[in-house]
Amino acid sequence: MGTLPSLRLNLRVDWRSSVSLVGTVLKYLAVPLLFPLLVSLYYGADTFVFLATIGITLTVGFSLEHLESDPELGAREAFLMVAVTWLAVALLGMIPYVIAGLDSTSTLGDPVNALFESMSGFTTTGATVMGSFEFSDHSHALLIWRQLTQWLGGMGIVVLAVAILPELSVGGAQLMDAEAPGPGLEKLTPRIATTARVLWMAYFGFTVLLFLILYGLHHAGYAPEMGLYNAMAHPLTTLPTGGFSPEARSIEAFSAVVQWVIIPFMVVAGTNFALFWRAITGEYDVFARDDEFRFYAGVIASVTAITTGLLLVGHGIAPALDAIVPASIESSIRSATFQVVSIVTTTGYASVDFELWDPVAQYVLLFAMFIGGSAGSTGGAIKIVRWLVIVKSLKRELFTTVHPDAVKPVRLGGRALDERAVRGIYAFTLIYLVIFFVGTIVIMIDSARIGEVLEIREGLSAVAATLGNVGPGLGDLGPMGNYLGFPWTSKLFMIFLMWVGRLEIFPVFVLLTVAFWRS
Amino acid sequence: MRVVIVGAGQVGSNIAHSLAGSHEVVVLDIDGALVESLQYGADVLAIEGDGTELETLVDANVDEADLLIASTDDDETNMVACGTAKTIGDPFTIARVKDTKFLNTWRHSEGAFGVDFMVGTNLLTAETIVRVIGLPAASDVESFAEGSVQMAEFTIDPETPVAGQSVREADRWDSLTFAAILRDGDVIIPAGDTVIEAGDEVVVIGSPKSVREFANALSPDISGVNNVLIVGGSDIGYHIARLLGDRGLSPRLVEQEHGRAHELAEQLPGTTVLQSDATDREFLDREHVEDVDVVVAALDSDEKNLLTSLLVTRMGADRSVAIVDNGDYVPLFEAVGVDVAVNPREATAEEITRFTLERHAENVAIIESDRAEVLEIEVDEDSVLVDRPIRESIADLPDGVVIGAITRNGSFVTPRGDTVVERGDHVVAFLDAESIDAATGLL
Repeated sequence: MGTLPSLRLNLRVDWRSSVSLVGTVLKYLAVPLLFPLLVSLYYGADTFVFLATIGITLTVGFSLEHLESDPELGAREAFLMVAVTWLAVALLGMIPYVIAGLDSTSTLGDPVNALFESMSGFTTTGATVMGSFEFSDHSHALLIWRQLTQWLGGMGIVVLAVAILPELSVGGAQLMDAEAPGPGLEKLTPRIATTARVLWMAYFGFTVLLFLILYGLHHAGYAPEMGLYNAMAHPLTTLPTGGFSPEARSIEAFSAVVQWVIIPFMVVAGTNFALFWRAITGEYDVFARDDEFRFYAGVIASVTAITTGLLLVGHGIAPALDAIVPASIESSIRSATFQVVSIVTTTGYASVDFELWDPVAQYVLLFAMFIGGSAGSTGGAIKIVRWLVIVKSLKRELFTTVHPDAVKPVRLGGRALDERAVRGIYAFTLIYLVIFFVGTIVIMIDSARIGEVLEIREGLSAVAATLGNVGPGLGDLGPMGNYLGFPWTSKLFMIFLMWVGRLEIFPVFVLLTVAFWRS
Repeated sequence: MRVVIVGAGQVGSNIAHSLAGSHEVVVLDIDGALVESLQYGADVLAIEGDGTELETLVDANVDEADLLIASTDDDETNMVACGTAKTIGDPFTIARVKDTKFLNTWRHSEGAFGVDFMVGTNLLTAETIVRVIGLPAASDVESFAEGSVQMAEFTIDPETPVAGQSVREADRWDSLTFAAILRDGDVIIPAGDTVIEAGDEVVVIGSPKSVREFANALSPDISGVNNVLIVGGSDIGYHIARLLGDRGLSPRLVEQEHGRAHELAEQLPGTTVLQSDATDREFLDREHVEDVDVVVAALDSDEKNLLTSLLVTRMGADRSVAIVDNGDYVPLFEAVGVDVAVNPREATAEEITRFTLERHAENVAIIESDRAEVLEIEVDEDSVLVDRPIRESIADLPDGVVIGAITRNGSFVTPRGDTVVERGDHVVAFLDAESIDAATGLL
C-alpha cells in the first residue's frame, strides 16, 4: 500500500481564534440566563431547566475558549466569529425549550421547532412555532427567556461583547461592522468599546422607560391586562424590533392606550441609535437634519396614510366578514399606524389580525416588509438608508441620461458617497431580492413535497418575514397564526434565512466561498 | 487624554498605534483608504477630512483635545494644522517638519506658527545616525538623566565574548545592567542563568562609559571611529557632517551635483566635500574606501542607498549605515548586509510618541516598535520603590520590569538587589509591552 497523500488543509483563517472568542461570548450568556432562573424560582416552575442550561452554557463556553489562549482577530476571523456566534447562541438558546418540552405536549420539545424559536428570538424575527400560549404548556420563565433572547439579539450580542470585553478592542470595529445593521459602521467615540457601551446604554434606557410607562398605565387603570409580567415582557421585544409576546393575541390583548404607547417606541427602535447619542451630546437638530431619519419618517407616514385610507373606505376589510363593524376613524388610524410601523420597523407585533383585512391592504404590508429600519437600529430587512441611496442614484442615472458629461456624486447628508459604497448597496439589495425569489420557490416546492397546499402569498410572506426578521406573514402564518405547518426541512431553511438576514447576508455568504478559506 | 493626529501615513499611524492603548485617539486624513484601514486596524476614531480645514477640526472636537499632532509629509500643512487648531481650542500642538529652516525659526521664537513643539525630522535622523556612529556595534542608543545614563541595543555576533555565556558570567562590566534579550520576536527578561545566544539582541542600561566599554568588547577591532564617509549631500547628509564636525571629526561628504557640492563646501568648513558619483569604483579606489570606518548613505533614494552601502562595504569599509525612507525595507536592508538602517519616519514617530508620554514620565525610549519601553522616572513618595531595597520592591512589580540604572544628585548608582532607592532618585527602568500599563502606575 502506498502512502496516502497528505490531506492537510492549508487554511488561511485562524479559526481557533474565532471559535475561542465565540466561547468567551457564550460563557457570558450564563449571566442573562439568571433572569429566567429568578422568574422560575418566583413561579416555582422550570427551575431545573435553567440550571441545566446555565451548566451547559458554561461548559461549552469554557471549553471553546480553551482552543486558543491568545486569540488574534483579523478581518476574516471577525466574519467567522460573528457568524458562528449567532449560530452558537441560537443552539444554546434552544436548550431550555427542549428540556422543558421533554415531559409536556409543547410543540417546542421538537429540536427543529426549538431551534426555529430560538433563532427567531435572537435574530429578533418573531416568527413562532408555539402551538399554545397557555402557561400550563409553557412556564412564565420559559416565555420570559423567549422575550429575553430578542432583547439580547436586538442591539447585537457581539456589540455587547465589544462593550464589556477589553480583549475585543482592536478587532472590535471589524466585529461591529459585521454585526451591526446597515452599510458601514458609525464610530461615535475614539474607543470602540465606548461606542458599543453608548449604544447599549441608549437601548437599555429606552427599554426601562417603556417598562415604567406600561406599568404606570396599569396602575393608573388604563391597561388592565398589563400586569408586572406583561409590562416586563413587552419592552424586551419592542426595543429590539422583535415581536414575541406571551399573549396569543399579541398587542390586540391590550387597551388602545397601550397600543398608542408602543407605536413611538417601535419607531425609536427602528431609528439609528447613534442619532440619540448625538442629540444628547448637543446636536439637538440632528433628527431634522439627518437624511435617513427624514426619509424613514416620510416612508412610515406615507404607507400609514395609504393603509388608513384603505381601511376607512372599507377596501381594507375583507367583504366576507360581515361581523366586522365599519371602522371608526380612531381605530382605523390606530390599526393602520400600528401595523405599518410594526412591519416597516420589522417588529412584527399586531394590534389586529390583519389576516382579516382585504388582500389589497395585506399586499401593502407585504411590500412594507422589504423596507426595514434605519442603519444602526435594531430593525431588519433591507434598511431605509439603502433604499435612500438607491433612489438617489437612480435619480442620478436619469440626470446623466440628459447630461451625459455631468459628474454627480450621490450625496447623503451633504457628503458625497464613495462609488464603492453605492455598488455595495446595489449588490446587497440585489442578492437580498434573489434570495427572496429563490427562497420562495424552495419553500413552495418543499411544501408541495409533503402534499401541503401553500398559497403563493403564504410562500412569499414566509420568506420575506424570515429573511427580513419581521416575524408574522400572511395566511396561516398571520399575526395570530404560526409556522407550525411547514415541513421540518422548510423550517431549517427558514432558520438559515433568519440567520443570514440578521447578519445582512455577506458575513455568512463569505464563509461559503473557497477564497475565504484558502487564498 | 484626548489626542488628535493629523495625517494617517506611516508616522501618524505609528503614533496612533502607540497611543491608542492609553489615550483617546482621533486621526484625520484626506485619504479615505488610509482612514478605513486605520479605523479597523487600531482602536481609534479615524475621520476622513482635511486637517487644515476648520470644519474638519471642529468635527474632530479639537476644542476638547489636549494634544494635536500634525504628522503629514508636508511641512506647511503641519504648521497650518497647528495654527488652525489654536484658533478653536488650546491643545498642545506638535508639528513634524522636514525643513530645518522652519525649525530654526521656531527655536528662535518658541510658539511660532502656533506650534508648541516642533520635531525636525531631518535633524532628528542625523542625530540618530551620529549617535549610532559614536557607539560601534549598537543598533539603537538613547540617553537618560541628562546624559549620565545610556540605553543601547546590540546584536550579538557568534564571535563576541558574551555569546554562549550566561548573564551571570557576562556581568563583568561595572555599572552595566542587562535589561532584556530580544530573541525571535520575544522579549526575555534575563535571570542570572539565562544564556545569551548568538543572534540575540541585548538591551543594556548603564553609565555611558560602561556602555562604551561593553561596545568595544563586542567589537574590539573598532576602537574608535575617525574615518567617516557620507554619501549624499541631502539635508540629512549635511546635518550629519555638521554634527560630526562639531565633535571634532573631519568626515568626507560625496555629492554628485556641482552646485550643491559647492554650497555644502561653503557651509561645512571642517568637511572635505567631494563632487563625484559614489557608485564609481575608480573614485572609491582613489579615495581608499577600504580604510573607512563607517559609510553613511544619505542619498535621496532607498535603492541608491542600498547599492552604495553594499558596494562600499564590499570594497572594505567596516560598517555601513543607510537611510531608508520606506519603513518596510528596514529589515530587508539589515538582512542583506547593511549594518544599521535608519528610517526617518520611524525615528520621528518614536520621538513624538516619546514626547507625548514624557509628559508623565521624564524620558522614554521605545524598543523595536512598541515591544518594550525604557523610561526614566523621578521617585516620589507614592512609588513602590521608595526607601526599600530593590530586591523587595521588585517583587511588587510585574515580571517584565528591570531597574536598569539609578542616578542620585547627578551621579550614577549601580542598581543591585540591596540598593535602597531614595526619594528624588532618577530611575531608568526597562518595561516589556505587557507590563507597561501596570508598572507605570506603581513606579
